[in-house]
Amino acid sequence: MDLLNALVAVLNYIIVPATAYGAQLALGALGVTLIYGILRFSNFAHGDTMAFGTALTILVTWGLQGMGISAGPLPTALLALPFGIALTAAFMLATDRVVYRYYRRVRAAPVVLTMVSAGVMFVMNGLTRVLIGVDEIRFADGARFVISPQEFKAWTGLAEPLALRSTQVITVVTAALVVVWLFWFLAKTRTGKSMRAFSDNEDLALLSGIDPNRVVAVTWILAAALTTIAGTLYGLDKTFKAFNYFQLLLPIFAAAVVGGLGSPIGAIAGGFVIAYSEVAVTYAWKKVATYIVPGWEADSLMQLLSTEYKFAVSFTILIIVLLFKPTGLFKGKSV
Amino acid sequence: MSTHQPKAARGGALRAPLFFTIIALLIAIEGMTRGWNGALGILNMGLISAVIALGLNLQWGYAGLFNSGVVGFVALGGLAPVLVAMPPTPGAFAGGGWGILIALCIAVATVVAAVWLNHNLKGKARAVAIIVTLIAGFFLYRAVFDPAVAVIEKINPSAQGNLGGLGLPTLIAWPVGAVLAAGAAWVVGKTALGLRSDYLAIATLGIGEIIVAVLRNEEWLARGVLNVNGIPRPWPVPYEIDLQANADFIARAAGMGLDPVTASTITVKLLWTALFALVLIGLLLLAQLALKSPWGRMMRAIRDNEIAAAAMGKNVTRRHLQIFVLGAAVMGLGGAMMISLDGQMTPSGYNPLRYTFLIWVMVIVGGSGNNWGSVLGGLLIWYLWIKAEVWGPTLMGLITAHLSDGAVKQHLVDSAAHMRLIVMGLVLLLVLRFSPRGLLPER
Repeated sequence: MDLLNALVAVLNYIIVPATAYGAQLALGALGVTLIYGILRFSNFAHGDTMAFGTALTILVTWGLQGMGISAGPLPTALLALPFGIALTAAFMLATDRVVYRYYRRVRAAPVVLTMVSAGVMFVMNGLTRVLIGVDEIRFADGARFVISPQEFKAWTGLAEPLALRSTQVITVVTAALVVVWLFWFLAKTRTGKSMRAFSDNEDLALLSGIDPNRVVAVTWILAAALTTIAGTLYGLDKTFKAFNYFQLLLPIFAAAVVGGLGSPIGAIAGGFVIAYSEVAVTYAWKKVATYIVPGWEADSLMQLLSTEYKFAVSFTILIIVLLFKPTGLFKGKSV
Repeated sequence: MSTHQPKAARGGALRAPLFFTIIALLIAIEGMTRGWNGALGILNMGLISAVIALGLNLQWGYAGLFNSGVVGFVALGGLAPVLVAMPPTPGAFAGGGWGILIALCIAVATVVAAVWLNHNLKGKARAVAIIVTLIAGFFLYRAVFDPAVAVIEKINPSAQGNLGGLGLPTLIAWPVGAVLAAGAAWVVGKTALGLRSDYLAIATLGIGEIIVAVLRNEEWLARGVLNVNGIPRPWPVPYEIDLQANADFIARAAGMGLDPVTASTITVKLLWTALFALVLIGLLLLAQLALKSPWGRMMRAIRDNEIAAAAMGKNVTRRHLQIFVLGAAVMGLGGAMMISLDGQMTPSGYNPLRYTFLIWVMVIVGGSGNNWGSVLGGLLIWYLWIKAEVWGPTLMGLITAHLSDGAVKQHLVDSAAHMRLIVMGLVLLLVLRFSPRGLLPER
């Protein structure tokens, strides 16, 4: 019984939240990796693009709610998501046209493009604040739980609760659908194939008649979709606050680098590696230990690092991978 | 990284004096229209920004290193006035100070041991040994560290609860701030330099976040989010209250037709200005000498073509590490100066947009690789940053004047203060696009 309780505690506090978080990071890292593979720079504006896309989605959500439209048990934000993606994609394409295209034409060094992306980051950060403010916003509606803690306790008679929030299920399902679709797109469609060719060898791809502008445009649209979905899922799961999205930049980059920059499958693996380590290292294990070793009361919380240091976890993993395996787990682009 | 362009910037030798005259005029106009107190306030922070920008210019302008963790080095420098200049907390050092020092030594020893194992073992044994060392070291560290912290945080928690300082003069804290930041930079540089430039950017982004997180959470160090107040001012700068109580000073102020309150605030601000200007001039002199020396030429040669420089026998990674540490030291100095000026340490105020990317805007706009450009950028961008907060709502008020009052108008006016972020982004993008070498291009 105690072992079961320990298992449920691990499930409730680690596996379930970390899986949802990992799915969000994976989507974010996929965007970073796509941009890195095709456009060849680290996009510092990624976190703020997530915030921007989410802000637009929230605005549309409010509009839909105002008109009395809802998705029943599902959050209204899912209905608003396509609009959010379309608006963000339009913004990204415009940004590319006005800002990034010039640097591609003059073949600027990647580090210059990274600098430019910092400028874009400023603008998007400001726009998000102007659009929706700096406060914390909850916009999840619909059913709250798939498994509620009280019901779980009543069913099983265990002391430990297990909560499975609907936003967590939605996150994982949505992320899985998006990833399956993205891999199908990259592997089977003509555009997807040309993107991979462009990423592998730009000159060869150009020689074989691939239209670079089309590849770049599709990349931005995909990146807009991925960031908006990741941001909205993160906001549904937790809350929306623009500054938190900026801070997500570090775990997302870490996920992309750990998996291997430029490798989509690596981005997903990296997202989960980062998420599980972050949650496991910052979780207070005392309760689980008490269940597993009966009759023993730990005198500390058995927490390796306090929650505020979760960024240190992604950073440490990042450094370890950079030092020992700079191409990442899945052979991304090397140094 | 500015590409070399033979054509000199328009204006030639008069270009820099012209821009600095414009800054002086802007400050003067501010002083005459809105009062000298505010104007000198902008100037003082502008001078500190110029110092930090000089540090970033060493890294980016001289060597092309992308440091996106400026905020961390500035914050670490800001820790120095707390640790050096604050009065010691009675009993803190005896109670837990040694424990913390021993714990930190254990941490360092663990890392050194892991690095040694990494160099001297091979294959599976290496991995196992490193992991075992790190885990054992971590638990040993926590076992010594946690009780020591608990002791310190119990001492008078409403006002102190931290290690306190050494009670030394604040001016000593400034170089100490530089040393703290340089130490952190050495660790980061040792691990991340030599990898591709993007990786340095990502690694420094991380270290910046972590340093700020440490300052926010380690209450024994600088009271975390509880803030440290009343950090003593450095030697020549008096307190306004003392001046106002000084009969001699009041008489002299009256002689100039000023009331004591205004006279004291302006005197204090002017002394700050003089102090900061002195530091800035010293740094500028050193930076210029370094830039024109064989060392500076070597740095720029490495920046412009690493492979060629390596072929000429230059150790690129070591030189990068050297300048990365130097640049961070200057940033730390700036951070320490800023905390002395504020008189309080508020770790939650270290926002990367303000302390990393705004500094970037200063360096790029001023002209990367040009020290005078960084100083110009620091002063000009700081001025814009402050004024954009004021101008935004005014502008928005004009734009929305014809709208009827309502939620939309209210929202627009309220959010107009955030417009300065957009303004800074646009300034950066416009300069990068149309004048990538900045206002004062590198020669």
